[in-house]
Parts: sequence; C-alpha cells; structure tokens
Amino acid sequence: MLSELLIDPFQYDFMIRALIAAVFCGATLSTLGTFTINRNMGFMADAMAHATLPIIAVGVFFGFSISELGAPAAIVVAIFLGFIVKNTKIGEDTSIGIIFSTFFALGFILIKLLNVTINLEDLLFGQILAVNRSDIYIITALFLIVIGTIVIFFKQLLFYSFDPIGAEVKGLNTNFLNYLFLITLSLAVVSALQTVGIILVLSMLIIPAASAKLITNTFIDSIKVSIAFGIISSVAGLIISYHLDLPTGPSMSLVASTVFLLSYISSKSKIKNR
Amino acid sequence: MTTKENIYESEWLIVSDGCCVQYGEALAIDDVTFSITKGKKIAVVGPNGGGKSTLFKALAGLIPLSSGSLKIDGLDPLKAKGMISYIPQKDSLNWNFQLSVKQVVEMGLTDKSTLLSFNQKKNAEMINESLDQVGILDKSEENINNLSGGQQQRVLLAKALIQDSIILLLDEAFSAIDVGAQEDIMKIINGSDLKEKTILVATHDINNLEDKFDEVLCLNRHCCAFGDPLEVLTEEVIEEMYGSHENMFLDHKPGSHGS
Repeated sequence: MLSELLIDPFQYDFMIRALIAAVFCGATLSTLGTFTINRNMGFMADAMAHATLPIIAVGVFFGFSISELGAPAAIVVAIFLGFIVKNTKIGEDTSIGIIFSTFFALGFILIKLLNVTINLEDLLFGQILAVNRSDIYIITALFLIVIGTIVIFFKQLLFYSFDPIGAEVKGLNTNFLNYLFLITLSLAVVSALQTVGIILVLSMLIIPAASAKLITNTFIDSIKVSIAFGIISSVAGLIISYHLDLPTGPSMSLVASTVFLLSYISSKSKIKNR
Repeated sequence: MTTKENIYESEWLIVSDGCCVQYGEALAIDDVTFSITKGKKIAVVGPNGGGKSTLFKALAGLIPLSSGSLKIDGLDPLKAKGMISYIPQKDSLNWNFQLSVKQVVEMGLTDKSTLLSFNQKKNAEMINESLDQVGILDKSEENINNLSGGQQQRVLLAKALIQDSIILLLDEAFSAIDVGAQEDIMKIINGSDLKEKTILVATHDINNLEDKFDEVLCLNRHCCAFGDPLEVLTEEVIEEMYGSHENMFLDHKPGSHGS
C-alpha cells in the first residue's frame, strides 16, 4: 500500500523529471540555507528571487526560457545587490527592500509593456510538473556548481562568516568570498524558480536549515540534516500533491513547515527532559 | 616617552609616526606617535570612540592612514599581514554558527590557499598544542556557544596563537568577562610561552596596569601619553583621556594638527 503510494506517481516521465528537479533543488537550497540563516540573509535571498523578474521578462521577450535565463540573471542580481548594500549608508535591510520592490514592480511593468507570455502563477508559485529535459540539465549543472563551490571554499566561507575581520587580517580575499557567496546563493535561488517559484523559494531555503539547527549541536551536523530535510520536504510535497491534486510548490513548502514544527516540538521536549 | 627623533632605531618593531585615520570628515585618530620594541606587552587605554580599535585596524592593514606613517618591522601594515594576529571585539563575531572549539581554532590555520581541505589529522596536533597553551584542551569538542565568556576569549587567543604571528592585537579582550577570567588571560599573555610575542591589549581597566603590562598607550583620538604605566598614568593624563576636550580638535585636519 505504502509502496504503491510512493511508486505510483513515478510511472510518468514528467513525474520522474519533477522528482530529479525536487531532489537537486531541495539539496541545493537547504545547503545554502544553513549559511543563510546563520548570516541573517533570508531577506537578501528573497530579494534575489524577486529581483530576477525584470531580467526574466526581457529574456523571455528575446526568446530565451526561464531556465536558460536563471544563471545570468542570478549573477547580475547578486553583484548588483552586493554592491548596493556595501556602498550605501542607508542600512542593509533598507537597501535590499528598495531593490526588492523596485525590481519586482519593474518586472511586472516590463511583462505588460513587452507583452511577454509568462504564466505569472507558475513563476510565483512554481510549476515543477512542466520541467523538461533541458531544464533538468540546467538544474543539475547549477546543483553541481553550487555544491562544488561550497565544498571547495567551505573553510574560507566559514571563517569569513564567523569572523570577517579576522579573515581579512589573515589575508583571505573577503571581497571575493562575499561575492562568491552572494552569486552561489543567487544561483541556488534561481535554480528553484521553476520548482517552487519566486514567492516560495524562501521557504525551501530557510525552513529545512532552521529545522535542522533546532535539533543539531554542530554546524556540520546541521548541514547534513538540512539537506535530508530539504530533499524529504521536496519529494514528499511532490508525492502528496500528485495524490491529492494540489499545487506542488505550496505542498513542498507546507511539508517543510510541518518538519519545522516537529523539529521545534522535539527540541523543546529535549530541553524539558534534561 | 617616544620622540620623533628616536623612533626609527632598528630595535623598534612597531613605529607610528604622526599616524592619522579619518572616516569621512571625522578624524578617528590624530597625530599618534609611539614605538614599541619586540616582546613588549602594551595596554591600549582610552574612552569609547577614543581610537583604540581604529589603531588596531590600521596596524592590521584593514584601514588606510590619511597621513603619517605606520611601520611593522619596517614594512607597511598591508605587507606585514602575516606578522599580525587580530582578536576582534566579541560582538563583531557571528555567534549564530554552532562551531566547536577546535573548528574555531582551526580558522587560524585557514588562509586563501585553503581549498577542499578536509584533512583534520594534519592540523589536529597544532590545534591541541594551541588549546593546551591557553589551558582548555579538554574543551576542544565543545560548542563554543556553551562556554563562559572567559573560555571563549581563550579559544580566540588559541586561534590567534596557532597563527604563530609575532604580534597579537586583542581588541577589548576583557569586556564582559569576570576578574578571575581576566587574570587567567593575563597569566597566559605574560607566561613564558609568549615571552617573544609583542602583544597589544585594548582595555578599559586602568587599575594596576603596571603589574600586567610593560607599557601603556593612552589614546583619546590623539596620543595622550605612552610609556611605563607608573610614570605616564598621571592625573593630568587621565583627565585628558577621559575628560571632555572637544575644543582641542576644532582646528585639526589630517596632516595638520592645529596651531
């Protein structure tokens, strides 16, 4: 019975492609999420997702697909956001907020002005069931780039994240590390636009990481658990949405929220039992 | 007292000659002149905003001088980065990360060539040695957030010591830790293991400095005094350091220190 529930959905090709996308996006976002929550960069990540809209609008107008536009849009947005945040004196949250809303508004205006055919609901909440073969290649490539970057620069990124002044004194290129992380985060965010959409990408980025932090004692363990939670939430959300005929992106988000609730209860009962 | 005539003699490790740093239009430190020989333990005292952290950041090559010169063993701070370990104020660290003590100490071995490095064994011996020096080897696996303020400061000291630099800068090392923990850290600083190191400690505690430090640098945007604590910490210097003297700086500009 259980095996049927789990296996049945994957007799269709589009569901297998959705499964691959769900696993890779879940793993990518939840890995980056561990750094994001500890560096209080959730709002920055949310802004990255929203700020891609005008680039997507212009790109689609010129005949590119959303997946093809993802990486270049991510890099442009990351560098732009990083530069503005560093060089304005109005505060990080305020400058992110201004860019976030301005770009999002500009995106909608461009979609209207250029008469671009974009299904806004799919873009905002994701449409993982429409993922095609070339999307899978792009999602897989972005997964490898993001995870590879984190593995290669892990110790430098951790040092910079914990002690930015000490890292600079030690001779680490902190400017490079700052932009490297922003670009990696932005790539992770746009890789999931088709899976969970602009609005819900934040949930898959921060909720598995936050859940993992509640029930682990070390940063390394929190990364491992976060990846597991990210993949479980994505895949379970996909399966549930298939059986109950629900939208997939929101289903994934709600599974992640449920995992968070269980982790919270578990962490509270641990404290109580001490 | 250091004079401009004798600061370039060769035994000096750190030489500051009319050092000025400004943030925008504001002068953070102005015309600071002093020199420090190798192995000395120096207290840097002064009010909040007096320029202690700014001086440390200039020494560490993090901020440029607007005028004057600063030399570390004859080199500009930017070229002397390997010679300095810097322990920043605790509130500039990101305590959200759940890191183990040994992970934090290992950061002292991390540099820009550290890529794909998961070889824990190679570093383990050095980490243990460093933790042993500060007396918390038994805490190596603990989460740094679960330690007391004094123990956290010792971990940061171990992270600095593992770098094997000749100069250590401790910015507000004693803030929010109790007297006993302060004493423990001073014992480590003045211990035989660190005899060769030149150590500057920014502190607000000006009591009994002569028992703990060789020299004291009194900063309130300019150098109020520098030398043996017993000799230079006079009532006038303390008044100059902590009293209000805004008018003194009205006609000060970078490179021009008033009439």
